[in-house]
Amino acid sequence: MTRHSSHAVLAVRVATVLAIWTAWEVVARSGLVYEGVVPSSFLVLAAMARELSDAAFYHDMAVTAQEVLVGFAAGTVCGVAVGVVLGVRRFADEAAAPYIQGLAATPKIIFLPILMLLFGVGSGSKIAMGGLSAFFPVVVATVDGMKGVNPVLVRVARSFNASSWQIIRKIYLPSLVEPAIIGMRLGLGVAIIGVLLAEIKFSRAGLGHVAIQYYNFFHVADMYAVLLITFALAVAANALMGMAGNRLIRRR
Amino acid sequence: MKRFAPTLAGLAVVLGLAALLQATIAAGWISGFVVSPPTRIVAAFAELARDDSLASAFLRTFGATFAAAALAALIGIPFGYLLYRLPLLGRAYESWIGALFSAPVVLLYPMFLVVFGRSVLVGVAMGFIVGAIPIVLKTREGFASVPPVLVAVARSFGASDRDVLHKVLLPAARPVIFTGVRLCLIYAMINVVAIEFLVNLGGLGYLVGDMYDQYDIPAMYAANVCVVLTSALFYFLSERIERWLVAR
Repeated sequence: MTRHSSHAVLAVRVATVLAIWTAWEVVARSGLVYEGVVPSSFLVLAAMARELSDAAFYHDMAVTAQEVLVGFAAGTVCGVAVGVVLGVRRFADEAAAPYIQGLAATPKIIFLPILMLLFGVGSGSKIAMGGLSAFFPVVVATVDGMKGVNPVLVRVARSFNASSWQIIRKIYLPSLVEPAIIGMRLGLGVAIIGVLLAEIKFSRAGLGHVAIQYYNFFHVADMYAVLLITFALAVAANALMGMAGNRLIRRR
Repeated sequence: MKRFAPTLAGLAVVLGLAALLQATIAAGWISGFVVSPPTRIVAAFAELARDDSLASAFLRTFGATFAAAALAALIGIPFGYLLYRLPLLGRAYESWIGALFSAPVVLLYPMFLVVFGRSVLVGVAMGFIVGAIPIVLKTREGFASVPPVLVAVARSFGASDRDVLHKVLLPAARPVIFTGVRLCLIYAMINVVAIEFLVNLGGLGYLVGDMYDQYDIPAMYAANVCVVLTSALFYFLSERIERWLVAR
């Protein structure tokens, strides 16, 4: 009962995909829903091929990628820095914790109007959105990592008259690699979401902009195509980040 | 007194930063059109609360969040049980659902916009999908972590599937399942508010966008503060309930 060959698992998965695909096609062709709403999957596939062979699509992809990467990098650096400070100063951590946890549970996209006032309506506000999104998972993971450091090591270093900076560099930072990577994994995921949602709400370029333009002109198959490609790219970026992180952790 | 020292210090820092902001804006170093002075944000907050646009926005957001979370629990818990009872399905689907957990599911919201139109259902649907994922995963994990000997003892006393589920599995797995419900509530709320903001659907998220569109900047900041307070309230309240459930 508990042992199933991987063939059986694969069969279930293939059957599931086929069932969903068939159901989609049946709905698309049945005329039960307005035909624009559920286009045939072949139309969506054709639209995907069209997008992928269009130079303009890659331009928008580059815009989004740049916004995500810059925002993610800025958010990560700030997150690790703040996390280290809070990790060393326990009192500050206890004072700041409710604000960080509360803000971490807030949908970041609602800060977009503020970010547009501060950084303009162009790429600046999207980068800031990505950075703000990435900051919170990184800071939470870093503080957790700092708390996991064996206090005996810190006391030994202090008894040898090590400075705060030396303690951070020699004791805390080496043990921070793993939690920081865990935080970065979550951070990249939410940075991608933040940037794309900001593009969907208000922008002139980027994949989110392309998708919502198709929606506004009711080119539904094209919109599905862009959303599915974007979704796949985001999942691939997350997987890549996960693999790179695992390698880094294993190498140590 | 000592126990509350960090809390008081945190509060003091926040109030100090607000005073500093007020002073820099008064001195003209920061434009009051970009960042509103805290006193005006408080005044705008009071105004929003008076003409009960705040109360109705609250109710809309809460209603949509609870509808999404209830739907997610109603479908997610039985589905998690199914994945536990049929290990073949569990093995086939668990890694998929796990991948969905970190995938940007919310990006697919325009699809629901096409299907439902501009309706509150878009937010409920997104909250439901995003919220159901942790419930399914945690329910399966919770059932799988029940010691098999408990189930075996119940069976040896002739317990039916139904008895085993109600008297052994559910009570033992309850804390883990509630962790899933808690994540569901938080994620559902985040997605509901985000969709309200993106699609102008009413509720707290809409309030932020609406104030920005009217260029009522202090009110926009006040609406932002409202969303933060509501999210924080949700977070800490559900944490309390979880701790209470685990302690029982």
